[in-house]
Amino acid sequence: MKHARIRFEGAEHQVQVEAQNAVRLADGRLLNENQVEWLPPATGSMFALGLNYADHAAELAFTPPTEPLAFIKSPGTYTGHNQTTWRPDNVAYMHYECELVAVIGKPARNVKRENALEYLAGYTVCNDYAIRDYLENYYRPNLRVKNRDATTPVGPWIVDVADVPDPSNLTLRTWINGELRQEGSTKDMIFDIPYLIEYLSSFMTLQPGDMIATGTPEGLADVVPGDEVIVEVEGVGRLVNRIVSEAEFFSARKEA
Amino acid sequence: MSRALHDVANGTLFGVALNYQGLLNQRIAEFEQAPYQKPPLKPVLFIKTPNTRNGHDGVVVHPHGERLQPGPALGVVIGKSASRVSVENALEHVAGYTIVNEFSLPEDSYYRPAVKAKCRDGFCSLGPELVARDQVANPHQLSLKLFVNGELRQQNSTANFVRSIPQLIAEISEFMTLHEGDVLITGTPEGRVDVQPGDTVEVEISGLGRLINHIKAEELS
Repeated sequence: MKHARIRFEGAEHQVQVEAQNAVRLADGRLLNENQVEWLPPATGSMFALGLNYADHAAELAFTPPTEPLAFIKSPGTYTGHNQTTWRPDNVAYMHYECELVAVIGKPARNVKRENALEYLAGYTVCNDYAIRDYLENYYRPNLRVKNRDATTPVGPWIVDVADVPDPSNLTLRTWINGELRQEGSTKDMIFDIPYLIEYLSSFMTLQPGDMIATGTPEGLADVVPGDEVIVEVEGVGRLVNRIVSEAEFFSARKEA
Repeated sequence: MSRALHDVANGTLFGVALNYQGLLNQRIAEFEQAPYQKPPLKPVLFIKTPNTRNGHDGVVVHPHGERLQPGPALGVVIGKSASRVSVENALEHVAGYTIVNEFSLPEDSYYRPAVKAKCRDGFCSLGPELVARDQVANPHQLSLKLFVNGELRQQNSTANFVRSIPQLIAEISEFMTLHEGDVLITGTPEGRVDVQPGDTVEVEISGLGRLINHIKAEELS
């Protein structure tokens, strides 16, 4: 089953997603995909992995890490399915990153790998955009690259764990304006989801609604205002986002 | 944590590293070398996740086999969401101030995000209360003192900030909104000390009171 958060007629709803992405409200009403505003399906902290695919690590000319490289995102950077993300003026390289996301369902502390999946609420997808121009070598990747307003689309929904029998063998794909630009498989992950839950929960308590964004394979490319960017994880979801200019984003926000 | 502070400061905890001139100057030669290549251009930021929240009189667990260091800091509580605000208008977005003890394992390197060092349960103590903005005449002239078992171990002044509070709010809100309830932890000065299980740790900031925490050994299962 797929679970989502949406806004409709000014109110937030927890919904179930049915055929053709129609959403079922608790009161039984069925709305179509484009009638509703899709919100990020979870709002805890996001632990995002850098360099977690062997091929992407090679592309960036680094040796693969021996310990997970995790950085944190806060809820202000999330946005939902079918929303817009802004490209800042005067930057040379803004790229997408298609990622499988594990969503935590109950507090997890000192969890062993073999029990890790019991702590999940399910899976979702994110597009972990980065503005490479702003990289600095302090707490890299720094917040100015990775924690910008509305620059991490998440969603569209959370899929139950039972509906994804093998999360280690899913195809990831990204399209820009309909053209396939990135393709990889979760089988190439360096640290898999059970390992990451064991690692993070060995020193802290993961909370319900926290998310682990598991990194992206090779095949990154620049995106510009007007582009439609779709990231898809097989069997989990297809997350649509549109790039707008800085001026367009902030003037729309002022009107809202 | 007092009820009022807990109700108001319920957002994201954003930390600023290297915001004391003395600390930055200690490392500046190293920051010209690899892997840093050059000193930081923008505020060096980190996030303390919600599981790190702790309060006045709370217990902080000393992780087995690690070194634990308190981080005395001035906390700025956001009262009105700040997106792309100017230096001149920045303080209008501040509800008030509180004391933060930003606990951490020692940081030898600033190259990678310090999740393991900084995001452990209870590693961010806030309190004892929220002091309204207009009750603090000059937030850039406050003395910070750290006491361990009553002995003064670290002291500095917010006069030694690299970036003032309005500069931080302006530069950060250029790319991400500081929401109502978020807390900006304005930095820990040089000279962090180690604390041990059984220690009582107090941070005093002039006009804001004293924030007390108790260090306890980790229970091994």
